[in-house]
Amino acid sequence: MTATIPQAAPAASVVERPMVEAVEVHKRFGSLEVLKGITMSVERGQVVCLLGPSGSGKSTFLRCINHLEQIDAGMIRVAGETVGYRERNGKLYELREKEVAAQRRRVGMVFQRFNLFPHMTALENVIEAPVQVARRSKADARAHAMRLLDQVGLADKAGTYPAQLSGGQQQRVAIARALAMEPEVMLFDEPTSALDPELVGDVLDVMRGLAESGMTMIVVTHEIGFAREVGDVAVFMDGGVVVEAGDPAQVLVDPREERTRAFLSKVL
Amino acid sequence: MTATQPSSTAAPERPSGPSGARPGPIEAVPVRHPGRWIAAVLVLVLGIGATASILQNPNLDLPTVAEYLFKPLTINGVLITIWLTVASMVMGVLGGIVVAVMRLSANPVLSVAAWLFIWIFRGTPLLLQLIFWGFIGAFIPKIVIGVPFTSIEFWSFTTSDLIPATVAALLALGLNEMAYAAEIVRAGIQSVDHGQTEAAHSLGMSPTKTLRRIVLPQAMRVIIPPMGNETITMLKSTSLVAIVAGDDLMSNIREAYTQNYKIIPLLIVAAIWYLALTSILSIPQMWLERRYGRGFTGPRPTLGSRVATITQSIALPTREARSARASKKGAVS
Repeated sequence: MTATIPQAAPAASVVERPMVEAVEVHKRFGSLEVLKGITMSVERGQVVCLLGPSGSGKSTFLRCINHLEQIDAGMIRVAGETVGYRERNGKLYELREKEVAAQRRRVGMVFQRFNLFPHMTALENVIEAPVQVARRSKADARAHAMRLLDQVGLADKAGTYPAQLSGGQQQRVAIARALAMEPEVMLFDEPTSALDPELVGDVLDVMRGLAESGMTMIVVTHEIGFAREVGDVAVFMDGGVVVEAGDPAQVLVDPREERTRAFLSKVL
Repeated sequence: MTATQPSSTAAPERPSGPSGARPGPIEAVPVRHPGRWIAAVLVLVLGIGATASILQNPNLDLPTVAEYLFKPLTINGVLITIWLTVASMVMGVLGGIVVAVMRLSANPVLSVAAWLFIWIFRGTPLLLQLIFWGFIGAFIPKIVIGVPFTSIEFWSFTTSDLIPATVAALLALGLNEMAYAAEIVRAGIQSVDHGQTEAAHSLGMSPTKTLRRIVLPQAMRVIIPPMGNETITMLKSTSLVAIVAGDDLMSNIREAYTQNYKIIPLLIVAAIWYLALTSILSIPQMWLERRYGRGFTGPRPTLGSRVATITQSIALPTREARSARASKKGAVS
């Protein structure tokens, strides 16, 4: 079961390739098939929210996009480049680890459990990849990092270690860290699920600002309100397939499919 | 529920109980610990008795201890012991990291090779390994670099020239340490949450860079305390090299007492030095633990505060406390 997403038709370029393109993606863990043919395309600047019960494969799909998981069948392209492979003369060549690392630089990722580097301060977390991977000068990276920390409202916490920050603050530092590599697309894997309820709002505010600035975002979330308000497209997944996809105002308010309806009635 | 309170008078300076008064601090008679007192007295009596009897023992021969404590023979031995410890620990730790990474490698050949290495060098006595390296010349008289199964030779050395006694000692200690260090490093690497690796990868860091910048610094927290143990064990294990090389502290001391038969005083000299060295070793360990503990804990307890805690738990009641309690008793009666 697949579904193509109705595109919001970006005004500027007509022939531009989609930012993220997935075709018939399959993934299995041992005998368990987690993704059973996901097809979807995300245009530059779009915000796509993936919703669905746990075990529906939405997080796995997200992790496939930056090759943290290897897919078994199908194809994922980011900005026109095949993820994990090089195509030459109609043949696929597996990429070396270094080349995979280079591909990942254009994709930022935010994790459910933040995964900040605990042995580094907030500022050190943010400048680590620009300095070590992109080879930017420390002064340059630091100035950029301070702007990003300011953007997420944590400029005053630059010298603080993650253990001394609240969950919401840690997640905002994690967003700044991902943005520091100037990615073209940002992946969010349940960014607010591990947070106390009163801290969720700050993180969602940062994400809303990011969406308004034109960042392409794919967000796995249980925040229906956020998906309705910020999302351009809502995708409902269940059992490794896309059940329903489209305008959030329709999918999340008046879904066509019974499974979507059942899920929403439990979450809302 | 504040429903009973008229809202017009709501200017509460402190949100408290109906009376509005904050209760004073609890005054209670503390629990007595007679067992602690008895145990402390018992241990003190035994300790003082033992110390006194040792100091009065004529065989202690403190003048000889003092004479040998800073003799060139002793000092040279101390220096060799330090050198052997440092060199073999450096070799052990650096090699251990390599073996640990091999052990965790997805390449089955590397992983099995590392396992085999650990199996052999951890599974046989250090003394055996020392003697083996000491007599390696008897096993492999010549080391030849050339093409195997042909007579082509680029270089050939006599083993005993290539591996003198001190190098043999170093090889034995270093290789043995490598096997232990590898297991400690492996445990350290495995203790780091996999999410850290994923986060580093998602930022475009290569596997090598992820290991060096993200995983190893965090693994150090787990690695350092057992590695401190290893260093202390190594310091003492260097005394075994007497079998093949010598010149270390224990060998020199033994050489001296086999000549003058002042066994006990000379052993005390060695003991003093070993204790001094192991005590000094705990300083860099503490420094390293603090360095790699950054971000994981709040301010660490200093030695001073730890002593304070210990003394507090067995503290005698102060005079003020006693008199306060006495006056209260008087007030009650």
